[in-house]
Amino acid sequence: MNIDNRKAVRYNRWGYIFLIPFVVTYLIFNLIPLFTTFYNSLFENYMSGLTQIGPRFVGLANYVTLLSGGELLTYAANTVIIWIMGFIPQILISLLLGAWFSDPSLRLKGTRFFKTVIYLPNLIMASAFSMLFFTLFSDGGPVNGLLMDLQILSGPYKFLSHVWSTRSLIAGMNLLMWFGNTTILLMAGMLGIDPALFEAAQVDGAKPRQIFFHVTLPLLRPILVYTLITSLIGGVQMFDVPQVLTNGSGNPVRSSMTLIMYLNKHLYNKNYGLGGALSVILFFCTAILSMMVFKLSESKE
Amino acid sequence: MNNKNTGMITGIRLRRIICYIVLTIISFLCLFWFYVLFINATRSHSQLTTQGFSAVPGQSLLQNWIHLAEGTIPIVRGMLNSLFVASCSAILCTYFSAMTAYAIHAYDFKYKKFIFTFILMVMMIPTQVNALGFIKLLDKLHMDNSYWGLILPSIAAPITFFYIKQYMESSLPISLVEAARIDGSGEFQTFNFIVMPLLKPALAVQAIFAFVGNWNNYFTPALILHDSNKKTLPILIAQLRGADFLKFDMGQVYVMIAFSIFPVILVYLLLSKHIVGGIALGGVKG
Repeated sequence: MNIDNRKAVRYNRWGYIFLIPFVVTYLIFNLIPLFTTFYNSLFENYMSGLTQIGPRFVGLANYVTLLSGGELLTYAANTVIIWIMGFIPQILISLLLGAWFSDPSLRLKGTRFFKTVIYLPNLIMASAFSMLFFTLFSDGGPVNGLLMDLQILSGPYKFLSHVWSTRSLIAGMNLLMWFGNTTILLMAGMLGIDPALFEAAQVDGAKPRQIFFHVTLPLLRPILVYTLITSLIGGVQMFDVPQVLTNGSGNPVRSSMTLIMYLNKHLYNKNYGLGGALSVILFFCTAILSMMVFKLSESKE
Repeated sequence: MNNKNTGMITGIRLRRIICYIVLTIISFLCLFWFYVLFINATRSHSQLTTQGFSAVPGQSLLQNWIHLAEGTIPIVRGMLNSLFVASCSAILCTYFSAMTAYAIHAYDFKYKKFIFTFILMVMMIPTQVNALGFIKLLDKLHMDNSYWGLILPSIAAPITFFYIKQYMESSLPISLVEAARIDGSGEFQTFNFIVMPLLKPALAVQAIFAFVGNWNNYFTPALILHDSNKKTLPILIAQLRGADFLKFDMGQVYVMIAFSIFPVILVYLLLSKHIVGGIALGGVKG
């Protein structure tokens, strides 16, 4: 027994050995950079033309500059608005499709085909997808051509010169790329609900709509909250699509400039002080959201 | 009773028809853009600029490709670069994530719970928030403008780890590991030759996800790759957007987008059965 125990302990040492690659890589490429990002946010450090300013310790001055200027708030608002414009239709469509796919009384045929099709845009290179939309919706592009052929428009509509059409294009691409993923998640959640509950409701004479609103939705709440928060974390990271669509400018009048585009701009211009402060703010936002996801999945178990 | 039954059946039939109509419209909206992309990649510049939208393909696909490959954008090089980075990352990511998952799954040690909880907590934090420190680190290590900074960090991939760990819980009995020990197999040998083959289905799906994720990645490569012959596809696409658009041959633009998108679609369609099944398992993306 004693020998057995000692043997088990000797085996368990291998747990540490197998963890070495992960821990070392995570430490070098994630934790140390996170620490340097924090550290840099406390220094004045940027390029003014060709002259390097700093680095000089300035405490929290970068944070004050960021939070007191209007830019950060504008870009945060842009990010949230575009995210909401994509998320609301996404969750509604996903709930509807999820309910249909998981409804045994409907017996839909070809669900695998439909699932394959709706998930497909998720794997597409976002920058190429955005470039594609840019060419398709350009002034002389096929969408304007088609709308003029159908006599809906008399002249080309300049999609990228108007605030709401630009935002709608970005939100539309996000919607297309993510609703398939959300549908499959929600469907898995719906299939996990005890079928006896549906049968009982049916025996009591509930209509499909009543079953959906009074049985499915309340039981789905944890997964819905999970989807909401993970999608918000994804929304904060919104970058490729608006960056390529607007060529990094966030135009018209910076109305589609997102937070990460702003960060990218600072990093590209070697503006490390403000870039660092912005990174730290974004870190805390996503860390709080992550904590919520973590608590949620813990309580699920 | 009979009447009510037939009423219910026609009700279901009606609902089913509505479902098929809506699903068809949604599928159309998903596929339409890629159809137009395909059509336009086969048309010549003059057809694209003078004739607008068309539903039938042209005959200039090969010519567009030849023009593109001979032009100033190093497209072939870019594809090879992307292929190299994405393949190396996918291999490292799946192998070492499996190793990490195995350490947590098969062994019992003091800090196991702590490390597991830590990985779950940091899983959703995006890499963009420490990009600044990351660039500075690569500068210090003289890894700026090289692929090391894109490939090596794949070893620590919390999301892939999480998927594989979930898979192990359902299909890797500890008794099997113990049996291998009794037969005299070393721990490392057991992992490589007994555990890894058993994980094949999960590893394949994760390798595809890792490959696609790296193939599509734009943010980090754009910050650390500066030489034009080192750049990957997404950077070249963004450059195309930045160039003076009106001077470009539109046929080439469409062909370039098509060559970034269609390889992934092709692989996806071939393996879709496994991929769609694997999404709901962990489901942690945005």
